[in-house]
Amino acid sequence: MNELIQQIVDGLGRGGIYALIALGIAVIFGVMHLVNFAHGELITVSAYSAYGLFQAGWNWWFIVPAVILIAGMTSVVIEFLAFRWVRGAPDFTMLMTSFGIHFVVQALFVMYVSANFRQFPRPDWIFNTVKIAGISFEVFDIAVIFFTLLTLIGTFWILQKTMFGISLRAAAEDFDAARLMGVRSDRIIRGAFALSGVLAGVAAVFWLMRSGQAGPTAGLTPMLKGVLAALIGGLGSLGGAVLGGVALGLVEVMLISRLPEGLVGLTDGIVFLLIAFLFVFRPQGFISVRRAERV
Amino acid sequence: MLEVESLTTRYGSISALRDVGLSVGSGEVVCLIGPNGAGKTTLLSTISGLLNPVSGSVKFENEEITSWAPDRILRSGLALVPEHRRIFGDLTVDENLLVGGVTISSGRRLELKEEIITLFPVLGEKLSTEAGYLSGGEAQQLAIGRALMSEPKILLMDEPALGLAPVLAEVVFELINQLRQNGQTLLVVEQNARRILEVADRGYVMRSGSIVISGDSNELISRDDLFETYIGKTDTTHE
Repeated sequence: MNELIQQIVDGLGRGGIYALIALGIAVIFGVMHLVNFAHGELITVSAYSAYGLFQAGWNWWFIVPAVILIAGMTSVVIEFLAFRWVRGAPDFTMLMTSFGIHFVVQALFVMYVSANFRQFPRPDWIFNTVKIAGISFEVFDIAVIFFTLLTLIGTFWILQKTMFGISLRAAAEDFDAARLMGVRSDRIIRGAFALSGVLAGVAAVFWLMRSGQAGPTAGLTPMLKGVLAALIGGLGSLGGAVLGGVALGLVEVMLISRLPEGLVGLTDGIVFLLIAFLFVFRPQGFISVRRAERV
Repeated sequence: MLEVESLTTRYGSISALRDVGLSVGSGEVVCLIGPNGAGKTTLLSTISGLLNPVSGSVKFENEEITSWAPDRILRSGLALVPEHRRIFGDLTVDENLLVGGVTISSGRRLELKEEIITLFPVLGEKLSTEAGYLSGGEAQQLAIGRALMSEPKILLMDEPALGLAPVLAEVVFELINQLRQNGQTLLVVEQNARRILEVADRGYVMRSGSIVISGDSNELISRDDLFETYIGKTDTTHE
């Protein structure tokens, strides 16, 4: 029983990170119909920023807000440099654009920094454990769950209570109708990228605290998990993305802890099989979304 | 107030509008009638910026607004209640109204929302309902209320009574009458030609992308030949 609770907390910690990434992907998909495969580059950029700031003598206390800010700004810059030009283009064009950005950013880091991974120190409390009601938990998992919840509450508050959030949800449902109401497409799209970038930044902080390294492909795995989580949840559904992330994290942890040692390497494969199975019964994911208009 | 001159809009190689001209004066209620496919919706979409014309001009309060973005046109004071309403079904009634007022100050937005609720009491009762669950009549009221939230100088309505039961359609016509009495300038596209002509000051008849006849409502309504030739039988029975 104790073990199960530990695994659930572990899974929630892992799933929380996926949820933040997936939510960012879902926000962008909602307003632009773009599955942003360049979303992982925000984590790559965050990783190198963290590395660079460590080199400059900063510590985690300052690096955390800096990384979140940098990720948010990078997201807006990528929109400005690349996605702005393909707004309203067929979905496939935007998809290819996102792949293009992914490879360009990766190549830039290989060319101008290094193809090798660079290490930086992880926070010293990262593997500490704490005993609650006789069960020991990783402090890190608890921190992730707490800050993920805080971030999600903040994000949903913005989406539900501010004019920006309400306009963004309106635009996600029917962009033309929103423009007819006076919603400015530039602001909404830029805002969506900023929000998505900040969410990626928060996720990146957790991801990097655990991995402690920066490399040109650092963003690849988190991006894939995020896309997967968004798909499971129902692409475009914001609540679904969070649900999908948490479910993915939980399933991974359950598999890793239950599979015989020789088969742990197959975890991802089994996860994909499970997802394929899910899509047979619910092709639209957990939560189906009303028809969304493109920009 | 609104001047449209020789407007031509194409979908690919097909001209949906050919050399269309019309004008709406301040405080006027003008209707646009004609059979399906005549180009009425295309005309409203072009005026409000959803479509770009290949030639011609749209002037609003003596300013050239041709090919402006829809949000900029809205900000200049021209609002559209689009065909099929296009309310935001995932948003609550309250949120739909707020989006309608996205261009005005937050204080004014709340004031105006109260006014709209007074005008449409049923919306007030369902503020926290997701708009996707509204009935057709309620949704239409929301679409109109949402458009009024921007305090438009002119309101364009694309078939506001479409798909409504006759009793509810009548509510819409009453409402148009009421807006007219409040001095609201209106340009209304409507299938039910006779009924809208009873409410409007003037009318334009469109067919195959062009305006074929225009005149005062009284004059148009008395011309039986007009209904037979251009409008067909849809004028008395509403779909």
